[in-house]
Amino acid sequence: MAVNTAFAGRSYAPTEAYQVGREHVRAFAAAVLADHPAHHDVAAARALGHPDVVAPPTYAVVIAQLAEAQLVQDPEAGIDFSRVVHADERFVHHRPIHAGDELVTTLHVDSITERAGLAMVTTRCEIAAADGEPVATVVSTLAVRGESS
Amino acid sequence: MSAGTPDLAALAVGQSIGTRTVEVDRRTLVRYAGASGDLNPIHWNERFAVEVGLPGVIAHGMFTMGTAVTLVADWAGDPGAVVEYGTRFTRPVPVPDPGTAVLQVEGVVGAIDLEARTVRVDLTVTSEGARVLGKAQATVRL
Repeated sequence: MAVNTAFAGRSYAPTEAYQVGREHVRAFAAAVLADHPAHHDVAAARALGHPDVVAPPTYAVVIAQLAEAQLVQDPEAGIDFSRVVHADERFVHHRPIHAGDELVTTLHVDSITERAGLAMVTTRCEIAAADGEPVATVVSTLAVRGESS
Repeated sequence: MSAGTPDLAALAVGQSIGTRTVEVDRRTLVRYAGASGDLNPIHWNERFAVEVGLPGVIAHGMFTMGTAVTLVADWAGDPGAVVEYGTRFTRPVPVPDPGTAVLQVEGVVGAIDLEARTVRVDLTVTSEGARVLGKAQATVRL
């Protein structure tokens, strides 16, 4: 089934809060080979003015992809993950993400365009603190190959 | 890392911020899969990867993106200084077994905004001589 372009422009209700754990920040940093002490050592992070260990710049993808699942795993959206290639990704950090943050994400489907048997699906996740303070914006584009290609 | 923050006034467009070489093996990918929650089998299951038309298991684009920016975070002296980061994924990075794929990362100052106190760093990330990320740019606030 083809990607359902009727999903373009759709916005979802904010997700349940995601709790950023200190050990998870450390594990994610280790997984991207980020050995800056501010990811691992609370005292080093505090010396730089952070309240706790600071997440690597791409950590927000973990939170974003949970929100994106609302679209990607919806059978009505017609996104066959075996035909998906990640085309591009962009992060804007309104402030760094730290261990201890509780973050709520609102998913927007900014556009779905089709050309030459390829559907380009662009989503935007607005990640905010529980009090509404903007934390990060994550824009992701997936390229979905059509059935015939 | 303990060298502190770069001196904004002393920076020039075109200046290198350094290089990094990253070796990637299957273990690296499994660790990233677990830590990120991205369990797509194209990143750890050879049979599945070949079935969907890939040359074999490939690295997560988000792994490559995530490890490349460590050069910028270390240069800035604070990973929290990275206020914007984006890239296109232009070419997959096959990761052999046994063996490793090698990523070469280089960063160059692309733009300086003295008023906003921001520096855009343009990253070149290659594997076997071919660029794997397109227009990889990170903005840091100093």
